Amino acid sequence: MRRGRQALLGWLYATPTAVFVVALFAIPLLLVIKMSVSRWPLLTGDQGINAPANFEKAVDHRFFTDSVVFTIKYTVLATVLLLVLGLGLALLVQESSRWNNLLRASFLIPSALGLASASLLFYVFYSPYASPLKPLMDSWGFTFLGSPNAALFSTTFLIVWRYAGFYMVLMLVGLQGIPADVFEAARSDGATRWQTFWRVTMPLLRPTLALTTVLCVTGSLLAFEQFYILTKGGPDNSTITVVQLIYSVAFQGQNDLGVAAAISVIVLVALVVINALQLRAFRSEES
Amino acid sequence: MTVVSRTTSTAAGGGRTPGRAPVRRTRARRVSIAGIALRTPYWVFTGALALIFLAPLAWTAVASVSPQAGTNQVDGWGFGNYETLARYQAGIWRYLFNSAFVSLLTVALTLVISFFGGYAFARFRFPGKNVLFLLTLAILMVPYATLLIPLYVLLNEVGLQNSLVGVALVLTMFQLPFSTFLMRISFEAVPRELDEAATVDGCSSFGALWRVLLPAVKPGLITVGLFSFLAAWNDFFAPLILINDSERMTLPLAVSNLRGQVQGVVDYGATEAGVVILALPCIVLFLLLQRHYVRGFMSGALKG
Repeated sequence: MRRGRQALLGWLYATPTAVFVVALFAIPLLLVIKMSVSRWPLLTGDQGINAPANFEKAVDHRFFTDSVVFTIKYTVLATVLLLVLGLGLALLVQESSRWNNLLRASFLIPSALGLASASLLFYVFYSPYASPLKPLMDSWGFTFLGSPNAALFSTTFLIVWRYAGFYMVLMLVGLQGIPADVFEAARSDGATRWQTFWRVTMPLLRPTLALTTVLCVTGSLLAFEQFYILTKGGPDNSTITVVQLIYSVAFQGQNDLGVAAAISVIVLVALVVINALQLRAFRSEES
Repeated sequence: MTVVSRTTSTAAGGGRTPGRAPVRRTRARRVSIAGIALRTPYWVFTGALALIFLAPLAWTAVASVSPQAGTNQVDGWGFGNYETLARYQAGIWRYLFNSAFVSLLTVALTLVISFFGGYAFARFRFPGKNVLFLLTLAILMVPYATLLIPLYVLLNEVGLQNSLVGVALVLTMFQLPFSTFLMRISFEAVPRELDEAATVDGCSSFGALWRVLLPAVKPGLITVGLFSFLAAWNDFFAPLILINDSERMTLPLAVSNLRGQVQGVVDYGATEAGVVILALPCIVLFLLLQRHYVRGFMSGALKG
């Protein structure tokens, strides 16, 4: 009797969550799978099953390979920089003092901005007309978004500026979770700072490193706004990410929701596999 | 939870650990001239780093009111760029209203759903509980674009195409993994004796939730509200796909479209003004609620 009432009340309180999760997550997820095996133009809607034509078209798309390669390149660059800088900043401001609190707040402020706002800010900052670095660009003869590599590095700088503080906080939490007596023991055993860092801090930080790596890889693989606003995929279509490809196939010109759904499903499967591999790698290192 | 309470005071910029600061101060008083000389490179280096993070923001704010060729603010300082923005298409007030509407609706829905949901997951046993909780967290694993393509089709089916309410519903769904998780651990941190005592005193389960538990989980609710506001106010991708009427665009979309309207010539001044308006509420909220902001990040870190 009491248990039945408990279950009923529990369901009652969980109903709003269940409605949202089913209507806006589970059903769309099933629908995108159906769309990926159907002919589904933007304007006319469902035209029946055509599997596996959408997947063939997706893989044969002239920007598919390029966008996959570029997305992976960007992900590696952004992840390495953000994790190293995040940890570096955390070590720098680890001790609590008035000055360090100020530093933490300064590093963290950009993360309150939206990614779109930050991208717009740097869109002006990098422009050859309005940039405060215009004299520098004129005398050295380069532009921030002019060549494929410059565009990649400029966008990565924007991402580091926006997210470094966020990863710093995650690293700080990890560092503060390490008991102080471990460091005391290392010091009394005569370990140098360098040895302490590599032999004590890094191994004990592994759970934090796993979490931040998964977060950063996932976020970077799904990059969209920064490239959509800053480079629009240029110059010469050199900075198209996979999500940008999905957007342009669905809504810009080609208007083919079926093919866009097929790429989306490929991305989803790839992401699940990559995250599972990462977690497994971090776990097996532990044992 | 011990980690949270210990680190909120140190990691949040505003909070200082009591008892630790005085120790540092006495030590600082004893610093010799040689000590200062040794510390100076550290201050210069970290100060320069902080400047890298702050300078782009400060520069945008200054540039938006300074004279610049090709904008509405050619001679002297003033708010010409903001006037351009005010007159752009449906006008800035329209876009501000749209953004505020979407953000507030998202915050309200997220608060209500995660408040009840967190209570259900923390205090009750019911069939399907773990499946529902895992399904909610699984939202995190699915790419934004993968869900927005079918959501575009589904919202069209139910007559919510091109609608701000539709955008708010979608944004609320994307907030659920974080907010449900945070509210669940907030409720779990409250001792069960508290609501049991209230029920013995004659409160219904809802009465106990409302009168006893609500005040206890208020910090969690503030964090959830803050994060859902920032996410909704700043979101670009969902309105980009779901809204195609310039009357209904949100502010980030409008400012982004503002570039290259006049024969491909970009009005950089008006873009700067737009960035300032977009960033201002976020920075003010960040400075006011820094503690809650940092705590939100940390609950995410604890999960891992």
